[in-house]
Amino acid sequence: MIGLVYWQETAIKLAVILGVIPVTSLILVYLFLFKMMAFMQSRLGPMITGPHGTLQLIAEAIKFLQKEDIHPDNADKHVFALAPIVVLMSTFLLYVILPAGPDLIVEDLDVGIFYALAVSSLSALGVLMAGWASANKYALLGGLRAAGQLIAYELPLVLATMGVIIQAETMSLQGIVHAQANFSIFGLDSGMPFIFTQIVGFAIFMIAAQAELTQTPFDMPVAETELVGGFHIEYTGFRFLLFFMAEFGTAFAFAAIASVLFLGGWSLPFVDPNENWLNFVGPGVMLFKILILAAIIFWVRFTVPRLREDQLQKFAWKVLIPVSLVNIAVTGLIKVAV
Amino acid sequence: MSEETASGETAVEEAASAVDDARDAAVAAITEALGDGVVETHVDPGQDVWIRVANASWQDAAAAAKAAGYNYFSYVSAIDWMIAPEGRYEDTEFDDPIEESENTTKLPEGSGVAGGDTRFQVLARVESPTQHIGITFKADLADDMTIGTWSDIFPGADWHEREAWEMYGVTFAGHPGLRKIYLPGDFEGNPLRKDFPLLARTVKPWPGVVDIEEIPEQLEAQLEAEVMAAFEAENPSPEGSA
Amino acid sequence: MTATSEHSQAAYVATQAADARINVELQTGDMTLNIGPQHPATHGTLRIAAQLDGELVIRAEPIMGYMHRGYEKLAEVRTYPQVTTLINRIDWLGSFANEVPFILAAERLMEVEAPPRAQWIRTILFELSRIANVSLFLGDMGVQLGALTPVFFAFRDRERVLNQIESLTGGRFHPNFDRIGGLKDDIPRGWIQETRDVMVKMREFCDEMEDLLVGNQIFGARCRGVGVIPREVALGYGMSGANLRASGVDWDLRRDANPGLAWDQIDWKVWTHPDGDSFARYWVRLQETREATHMVEKLLDGLPSGPVMAKVPRIIKVPEGEAYVSTENPLGEMGYYIVSKGDLGPFRVKIRTPSFNNISIVPWVCKGVYVPDVITILASLYFILGDIDR
Repeated sequence: MIGLVYWQETAIKLAVILGVIPVTSLILVYLFLFKMMAFMQSRLGPMITGPHGTLQLIAEAIKFLQKEDIHPDNADKHVFALAPIVVLMSTFLLYVILPAGPDLIVEDLDVGIFYALAVSSLSALGVLMAGWASANKYALLGGLRAAGQLIAYELPLVLATMGVIIQAETMSLQGIVHAQANFSIFGLDSGMPFIFTQIVGFAIFMIAAQAELTQTPFDMPVAETELVGGFHIEYTGFRFLLFFMAEFGTAFAFAAIASVLFLGGWSLPFVDPNENWLNFVGPGVMLFKILILAAIIFWVRFTVPRLREDQLQKFAWKVLIPVSLVNIAVTGLIKVAV
Repeated sequence: MSEETASGETAVEEAASAVDDARDAAVAAITEALGDGVVETHVDPGQDVWIRVANASWQDAAAAAKAAGYNYFSYVSAIDWMIAPEGRYEDTEFDDPIEESENTTKLPEGSGVAGGDTRFQVLARVESPTQHIGITFKADLADDMTIGTWSDIFPGADWHEREAWEMYGVTFAGHPGLRKIYLPGDFEGNPLRKDFPLLARTVKPWPGVVDIEEIPEQLEAQLEAEVMAAFEAENPSPEGSA
Repeated sequence: MTATSEHSQAAYVATQAADARINVELQTGDMTLNIGPQHPATHGTLRIAAQLDGELVIRAEPIMGYMHRGYEKLAEVRTYPQVTTLINRIDWLGSFANEVPFILAAERLMEVEAPPRAQWIRTILFELSRIANVSLFLGDMGVQLGALTPVFFAFRDRERVLNQIESLTGGRFHPNFDRIGGLKDDIPRGWIQETRDVMVKMREFCDEMEDLLVGNQIFGARCRGVGVIPREVALGYGMSGANLRASGVDWDLRRDANPGLAWDQIDWKVWTHPDGDSFARYWVRLQETREATHMVEKLLDGLPSGPVMAKVPRIIKVPEGEAYVSTENPLGEMGYYIVSKGDLGPFRVKIRTPSFNNISIVPWVCKGVYVPDVITILASLYFILGDIDR
């Protein structure tokens, strides 16, 4: 790497993250929330602002920024103001460990995946803060639902990654990418992603991620037709924009983690992961994989109805967790045997 | 309304008389159960049944109807037989309420089908989902405006009685909670009573009735002939003829 | 379907009872949640005051009147032809169907009968209103449960039906097309073929809804065994229409009390479902919509020729008398009790709307369910606010 002092390097990394999060949110919102959803619902979506409505999001952002900053009279003002920042913070922290190339990573932590799941659950705190501080019964119900749900689905999420960790023998995300780049199966030489061996783990991870992201069918915390938006019912303008960005930023981050864990991240099959040109191609490969996974997440979101809170909990504790435990046991046995 | 004027076709008449037996049987069943409680009955062959019961037998009537298989509850409501003092707020010859206004509490002759002696009546309807006929019950309301509730027998009557209570001021004795259902809690008066003025009409008269002018008889016949001739000329064989 | 549902009903009731016992043991403070007057699930301004214990609804009381327009009072100061303009707006999604029972009641009092062609076109329009109304429900039920897409399909395909209603009557929402003694106009050229095409499209829509929702496991989990209304309770509350038929009562006013339209001259089927839960209500409505498309096609096949207006006086005075006529409207039994004093306008009109009775069961059925179930039940009971508040 180019010789940079610590503060310069940190500043660059920070700027990248600060730039990447809004951009990824924009991409997801435009591609999926506007266009794919419209396509599925036999609509056009935004078409006026810019070619095919591409600039619609800029207009939306400006609209949100122009709005008055309102908070309810009975709200706990400090907690109310802090909540969206806490939620967005957890999204920011997730981006720290996402690799996009052999050298393109903000910080390659040894406990990468462990760290990612830990900071992602911080958002539960922010949601609970928002729900409680809004002084609104719908928000309270939404906040409590979110807390229950995020905690219940944290467990299958962690357990689903265990299989990958056992197979890769590391928790570092870069390590996992390299492990997949050198992994061979079906007689094919190398670069086989873990999805072939960890298909159960992949399914559980995607389901649990859907719940973590509070996307339909697990969107009870926001549930427009029941709780009218749940925990963010009282938020407007800029603060709502923060929630909104966090929602889609986290969706992007989870798709990225899943693509690293199960699809091989930035690596390509039959390509040496230490090639320098992967630093340029890698982000594109990564983005492609992320968009495929995000498309699945949003496809499900626009298609199915939502479950009830008790059904959601039953599904987590009675189906997902036992299955993921079996998956870990089988992976461990094979690992030891082979 | 009467038997002579029922539809001329024989098939319809036969069907009507067949249903008529069922309706007579319905009246008989209720009369048997209530005895003296039934004041007056009226059967429209093939169409409908009215049974007027005494105020005291109102609840028994519901129970008897339910026992006789009329277990589908349709509605409970009330009616005010007073001629509205303001009429339709229009000074037309078709609707001239001014003559009546000298004695506004005077009842019109005979309060509708199955008769009535008081200004207010309650009416309710039950139907039989198996025999496919319905009975309209009526009962007179004395000055205390009180009658028994049907909500014990038909739970659906709860809301209908609340509505009749706020709209007409009928008290249903034994009702679990006579609260306002449509109107704001502090609303005063009973809007569907005939002497409750419709303020919108008072402020701004509705021109609707005025524009209908009476046409001389011969002109009307001529107009109608013209219309029919034009119609037949236009539609010699309308589309989709069988 | 019956056996599993009985079992699931019993299981559901047992779960609810167990939950209720636990809640008695661990008594905590209740919370009152106002669902409405502005709330997406009430599609209008209905307010449900729900007393909650956690997510469990202890008591739910609908509060309405936010849109009460006093049609019964207003009808008393209007002439008979003017009243149809008002009553169009009771159930605004299937507005032509509102006019029919009123006109039929007036015709019964006047002893006028509409010519056969008028009756057949009335029946066609009636069924088109039913399709336009219920197809929106079929999509809306999905959106209430969180599936966003079906409602867009419903709006898309319902538009075709509205176009047909518009090209015949001139009004998409409030046709005001029915007259005492017949109809305002005959059908325009080419309308019959267009309507046939639309009916094919609507059947495709029904198939789509069947694929998207009826076959969906989550939809089943949210609807089956939720809001079970037994037959006797449904009758006692005066529920009508698909809600009653979903509780296993084989009763359809179109078949059983034909007040003078063409339903008895075509071959069709009344759909019932034994379960009485939210799923049954959805299923019955779906089948009825599909049946209605077939009915429209059969009616178009057999459409007789002739005038569409009987000879009635220019000035309509209805002779003294009383009549109650009800028809099987998209929402259920809609009836008008007309008292006439031989005048230009009615002396008293009692409007018996289906949604009023259908919603009156909410306090009974929403006892001991979870908050999301309240939404399911409200959606599956299917009310139009104008039909409650009239």
